[in-house]
Amino acid sequence: MAFTLYSLIQAVILCVNAVAVLHEERFLSKIGWGVDQSVGGFGDEPGIKVQLMNLVRSVRTVMRDYIFFLFLQCP
Amino acid sequence: MDLSHHGYRASAKPRARAAPPAGDPLLFDDTSSAAAPMNSQGYYTPGYDMGGAPPGGPGNAGVNNLFADPMASAAMMYGSSLANQGKDMVNKEISRYVSVNKLKYFFAVDSKYVMKKLLLLMFPYTHQDWEVRYHRDTPLTPRHDVNAPDLYIPSMAFITYILLTGMALGIQKRFSPEVLGLCASTALVWVVIEVLVMLLSLYLLTVHSDLSTFDLIAYSGYKYVGMIFTVLGGLLFGSDGYFVALAWSSCALMFFIVRSLKMKILSSLSNDPMGAGASAKPRLRLYITVATAAFQPIIIYWLTSHLVR
Repeated sequence: MAFTLYSLIQAVILCVNAVAVLHEERFLSKIGWGVDQSVGGFGDEPGIKVQLMNLVRSVRTVMRDYIFFLFLQCP
Repeated sequence: MDLSHHGYRASAKPRARAAPPAGDPLLFDDTSSAAAPMNSQGYYTPGYDMGGAPPGGPGNAGVNNLFADPMASAAMMYGSSLANQGKDMVNKEISRYVSVNKLKYFFAVDSKYVMKKLLLLMFPYTHQDWEVRYHRDTPLTPRHDVNAPDLYIPSMAFITYILLTGMALGIQKRFSPEVLGLCASTALVWVVIEVLVMLLSLYLLTVHSDLSTFDLIAYSGYKYVGMIFTVLGGLLFGSDGYFVALAWSSCALMFFIVRSLKMKILSSLSNDPMGAGASAKPRLRLYITVATAAFQPIIIYWLTSHLVR
């Protein structure tokens, strides 16, 4: 498999886009990954699922504004 | 001029004209930011000194004429001040993305460390103490501690691996310059993927270790040494030598990675008496360490098998 750096950048953009299009109300709440269901136990370390939900939410918050312009870069 | 590395510490020494400007030895001093502005001024005084003090010896008549001409000397000073501004701007921009002080720590090596580390990478079974030593809360530089990760060996090994790839492909009469660039970017991409996966798994499992991104890049880059050894074995001794060298370097590298990361990842657990160790956390951390180690032989085989037929 011959990778170039450009194909890595394309793959990263596509993966970030895949995370960014997960809609909060229509989809994530239905499968129990909504942000209101991630109240973790205090003092205890959050589990993998809570960390993953936080990661999805942060990626969506950051990339919501920029993903369109990143997408314009791919031919 | 004393160019040994003991001379590098004496930062109060005035810079002789023969001082190599590229070997900014002040930068390797314990990365206090007070050294940097002093250094950027010290770097350019030789330039001004050359205009002031006339050089002795033969052939100085021509040089004296050049600098006696006020236009030329004014132009030279203007040019050097422009270069100074450009250098400051570049430094400022770079230091916004990459912490240069932290990067300097990883390149503070000497040849004794490199020898010991290469020996450790190829034969780690007799090494007893794998702890990274600290000195008042900051980790010791690689110069003083053989367990500290560095970025010098991975970068040099990466370049050597690319050169060896070119040579191996040339032996098989499959060489072309594009292939070299392709191979380099493939290897780099695999390292980036591995570092991203490691970062993601460390984040998801809330492992509060002190492994920074550069540490992970360093530990991922150590596999290039194994790759070089494997390719050399394949080139010198044919297909059998390739597999023997692959097996040897895989085992050594796996042992090295497990012992090094065990200290950082698994020992960040506090030893609180929380039940009979029934939480899944230590197991998952162990899985991460073992998976990282098991990934190394796979990627070594993947990236080198096409070089040795």
